[in-house]
Parts: sequence; C-alpha cells; structure tokens
Amino acid sequence: MKAFEVVTEPINPQLYSDYVLRPEAGAVTLFTGHVREWTKGVRTLYLAYEAYVPMAEKKLAEIGREIEDKWEGTSVAIAHRIGELQISDIAVVIAVSSPHRKTAYEANEYAIERIKEIVPIWKKEIWEDGEEWIGDQKKKPKEEIL
Amino acid sequence: MIELHYFAGIRVLTGIPKESVYFSNQTVEDLWKWADEKYPGIRNSSVRIAVNEEYAMPSDIIESGDVVAFIPPVSGG
Repeated sequence: MKAFEVVTEPINPQLYSDYVLRPEAGAVTLFTGHVREWTKGVRTLYLAYEAYVPMAEKKLAEIGREIEDKWEGTSVAIAHRIGELQISDIAVVIAVSSPHRKTAYEANEYAIERIKEIVPIWKKEIWEDGEEWIGDQKKKPKEEIL
Repeated sequence: MIELHYFAGIRVLTGIPKESVYFSNQTVEDLWKWADEKYPGIRNSSVRIAVNEEYAMPSDIIESGDVVAFIPPVSGG
C-alpha cells in the first residue's frame, strides 16, 4: 500500500490505521465513507467512481501535507476506491493519528472536505431508471428547490 | 502536440476519453477557446483545466508535451 492512493480493490481500513500509528500517537481517527442506498428518496443501485489517478494521488498527498503542517504531530493516510461499488462498500478511508484526540477528529474532517474540493474523482449514481454523473453537490438544482 | 484528457460528464460531451492535438506556446485561455469551438458547451465556470496535474490559471502557458485535463466538478468521498 501507499499512504495516499487510488485503488480498485476493496479497502481494508486497518492497513491505513496501522500505517499512521506511532508511539507518540494517543489517538487515531478512522473515517470510512460508504456507498449509500438512498439519497433524498432516490434509490441508488450502485455507484461508479472514476479518477484522474496520477493527479488524484498527488492531491491526496497534498492534503496529507496540509494537515501535517496545520496540526503538529499528525500523520495521515488516505485511500479512495474507484470502479463499480455496491451499497455499503467503502469508497474512501482516512486515517489520522495525533498525540491528542481533538486534533485527530478535526484533521480527519478537514481531509474529507478537501477531498470534495480538489481531488479529481467523480461519482456516477446508477438508479433503477437512469444514471447521472454527480457534480458540484452544493450547486445541484434539486437542492435549490428544496 | 499536447495530450488532452476528458473525464466524467465532460467525456460524455466529447465522446472520447483523450486525444492529442497540435498546440504549443499558447495560454490556457486559448485552449478554452479552441475547446469550446470543437465541443460547444464544454466551457463552463465549474469546469477547471489542469496542466501536468496542477490546476491552471487562464494566463498559464501550455507547451508542447504537456498533459492537460478538463476537470468537471469533483465528487469523491
């Protein structure tokens, strides 16, 4: 494994947790993002993720560096899976270790927010009656109506 | 020659995942104009261009040999 990687096989979160664990760490936060069946009343059958792999891995590593600069003593590992993912499969794992708990939580949340901003990975939802590439979720017309 | 990569919804628009075109010593803005002529609608404020795996500014220069990607809004996680 690499500390920052895009993978095609199922993700084993333990690998990433173990990677960031060090004697000086008092906390490891492990976030796993999963494929959700229902989104606003629409049933997803499965998801297809695609990435611009070299740039995505570079940007994941950049997020890791941002965190290690922003929160002293942290260590980060992130993996994102691409291809076809079934309901409840792990799409992303983020492991952050730090001397104290609060930092590990904060840094982990920062990582997922940054992934959604800068990492070139795209998700296509496949429903019973169609499919759609999901874009900037903040600007979805459906949400504006709601 | 430069290599162009298209992803997700942009690939649906172009109908191809990548292509090589003659383009050298011109700006990202120039590439936008070329792309919008060839693929009307590709130019959109939410689509970004990356040159050699870094997000680029409109004034950045593209050289022969560069790898350019059209990046629609990302949705990882």
